[in-house]
Amino acid sequence: MSKPLKQIHLAAHFPGVNNTTVWSDPAAGSHIEFSSFAHFARTAERAKFDFLFLAEGLRLREQGGKIYDLDVVGRPDTFTVLAALAAVTDRLGLTGTINSTFNEPYEVARQFASLDHLSGGRSAWNVVTSWDAFTGENFRRGGFLPQEERYSRAKEFLATAHELFDSWHGDEILADQATGTFLRDARAGAFVHKGQHFDIQGRFNVPRSPQGRPVIFQAGDSDEGREFAAADADAIFSRYATLKEGQAFYTDVKSRLAKYGRRPEELLILPAATFVLGDTDEEAAELAREVRRQQVSGATAIKHLEFVWNRDLSAYDPEGPLPDVDPVVAEEHISRGRAQVRMYRDPVAIAREWRELAEANKWSIRDLVINTGNRQTFIGSPATVARTINEFVQADASDGFILVPHITPGGLDPFADQVVPLLQEQGVFRADYEGTTLRDHLGLAHPDAARRTGAPAERAAS
Amino acid sequence: MSPTPSAHLHLAVALDGTGWHPASWREPVARPRDLFTAGYWADQITEAERGLLDFVTIEDGLGPQSSRRYERDERTDQVRGRLDAVLIASRVAPLTRHIGLVPTVVATHTEPFHISKAIATLDYVSTGRAGLRVRISARPDEAAHFGRRTIRRADAPDTPDAREAISELFDEAADYVEVVRRLWDSWEDDAEIRDAATGRFIDRDKLHYIDFQGRFFSVKGPSITPRPPQGQPLVTALAHQTVPYRLVARQADIGYVTPHDADQARAIVAEIRAEQQAAGRAGEPLHVFGDLVVLLDDSEAAARARLDRLDTLAGEPYRSDTRVFTGTASQLADLLDELASGGLTGFRLRPAVTGHDLPRVTGDLVPELQRRRRFRTAYDATTLRGHLGLTRPANRYATAAA
Repeated sequence: MSKPLKQIHLAAHFPGVNNTTVWSDPAAGSHIEFSSFAHFARTAERAKFDFLFLAEGLRLREQGGKIYDLDVVGRPDTFTVLAALAAVTDRLGLTGTINSTFNEPYEVARQFASLDHLSGGRSAWNVVTSWDAFTGENFRRGGFLPQEERYSRAKEFLATAHELFDSWHGDEILADQATGTFLRDARAGAFVHKGQHFDIQGRFNVPRSPQGRPVIFQAGDSDEGREFAAADADAIFSRYATLKEGQAFYTDVKSRLAKYGRRPEELLILPAATFVLGDTDEEAAELAREVRRQQVSGATAIKHLEFVWNRDLSAYDPEGPLPDVDPVVAEEHISRGRAQVRMYRDPVAIAREWRELAEANKWSIRDLVINTGNRQTFIGSPATVARTINEFVQADASDGFILVPHITPGGLDPFADQVVPLLQEQGVFRADYEGTTLRDHLGLAHPDAARRTGAPAERAAS
Repeated sequence: MSPTPSAHLHLAVALDGTGWHPASWREPVARPRDLFTAGYWADQITEAERGLLDFVTIEDGLGPQSSRRYERDERTDQVRGRLDAVLIASRVAPLTRHIGLVPTVVATHTEPFHISKAIATLDYVSTGRAGLRVRISARPDEAAHFGRRTIRRADAPDTPDAREAISELFDEAADYVEVVRRLWDSWEDDAEIRDAATGRFIDRDKLHYIDFQGRFFSVKGPSITPRPPQGQPLVTALAHQTVPYRLVARQADIGYVTPHDADQARAIVAEIRAEQQAAGRAGEPLHVFGDLVVLLDDSEAAARARLDRLDTLAGEPYRSDTRVFTGTASQLADLLDELASGGLTGFRLRPAVTGHDLPRVTGDLVPELQRRRRFRTAYDATTLRGHLGLTRPANRYATAAA
């Protein structure tokens, strides 16, 4: 007997503040006005997506000591937008990226519990960490966290937030108007946490929310990040959207679950994926090349080369050859507020490799950046893209995808209209929502499920 | 200065759970089990909008409600627990079109950077109807929820030590609002240029580091969120004495005060105007609103009887920092007129029982004031600043040179 078909999970990432987003296109709208977010969310809900995803950055990026001005700059507050989106959608999950370094557990737990109440159980939290003094300059504590402590703080932050969510069980509010008893128990919300990073106690003041706890996402790729996800997350926002890399990541992370007593289906792997659709595969390929050129202007190509060279390259012609000077290897980096520059661990070797590539292919600086940068994940006719996505999921390269359109806010519409119906026809994507909460959509158990099915007498006696 | 005098009063309603009387939740209209749903808040705020009110405020705190000022009370006979006020406001914003949304924010334990972008975003979500009401937290138990500072228990709130500690929390709140306001201005209105020719999305010369350095924190900026539709959303604060009057005078667009008669109102307004002058803001519009708890019925006797019934349920007479009004809409209109003669430009009414007294405000008081030509008969502005007769302020960082 063949394996039963996996159901695909799909999510929509609001276009981000990076060069994937093409703001120069005539169809590109506001990245700030609520109407853009409402349009995007309604499209995702019309297509029965699992959730919408918002990224976050708490300091505007800089390069060479100046605010980076070539990409979309600026975004609204994550929680506030998600709460408003709860008013214009009914079922769509609402996932927010919230930093565990420049927040405190009590406040974040109250915001997520509130969002979960206000959305009827649709909230999710992508837990990210940072340590840099650059971002810290916007906050009371400044840049206080040694890099090696960021995951220990994140882990303790999440554990503490869970203690706060769990400080209400869900049966405390009687609100009995006749007897005058509002709370069953004066200790509702009581918590004490004493740890390395947090020493707090008192009463949490938001009652148990519909999902109990928000769904937890993790996005880090380091060994520590993967371990954090295997121990504590419900889903991973990963960057491996090709078949082979996806399968390797999927196997690696899912194999880590057993030691935490978890089953493979308790952690979903959802890579970010971009797409370009055309009437035919050839048309899509041509469009994809055009989009890449829009994404990498000459000026952007120079700035991206600076990520590796770590020096001012503004004197170079983007249509000319690569610099013959070597990268500057230093602790200080020309680009600040950007995670991706940390990927270039051996810039001198990369520069050498890129020079060879450029020479062999007769590439200019801009050609090189276009060709070595991220090409779109899925390119083709709707039928090709639907087939490829399904193949990836069935081959365990992922459990679905978080789609990142390159046009705001309409970039998701063609996917919703042309690809989703094909996936529905193949029986691998829901034709309608079955449940009301994000946990329902993702097939995740309610955190109280074990207790609910357990002996009720035990609870009453405790 | 007082904003341009107008025949019209400004009216806001302060929303807190099922109402301001601690026994309010026991009234049949109270819906206490709905308090943690979006529908409850949408219903209250759309009701306030039906009454053409200027705005609603939403109470909040970083610990359970308490009948004691500086600590938890462990009571189980009153509403305990609440949702984040900024998120309630945002959840209801797309469902309303005119009414201003003014959530409470606690300056003491939160980040001005986060709150600045949250209120800016509320302003985007509501297309220009956002404000905030800033407050401090002096409760040691709330400080223990954060574990970053110790706030000493004020066993004797009137000792010099306690007064100094409170005064310091208000100084911090003033710095906090300064940072929030600078961040709102940290993008000039036309900073987003989308210049295809040069490939620049923004003109970075129109983004500004705020470089705030104070006793309590430093914040670099700029905000991650562009300047909100109103430029500066509304800043409001409740004040009972000189120290908070100073916060109002230094940083607010509206101060809520608690006079019991016109003479007290006159004295408070004079003190705030003097502080405003001392702060160098004499020329800027600053509304002073009177706060009142209201119980509205068809007769004074009915209102009085309702208060008695609520007090009996609560097991003690209701005490408030404000005057507690019991009576008819017409009597309340008389009282508002009288208090306004002391220099108040508007009122923030605290319904004793939201489910009862809010519809009385919108259904009885507002028509009464309209008959007296003391209240608008339709919204004539689209923003909260517009409702209050406040213009969109110039950006402090914008240079005259084009």
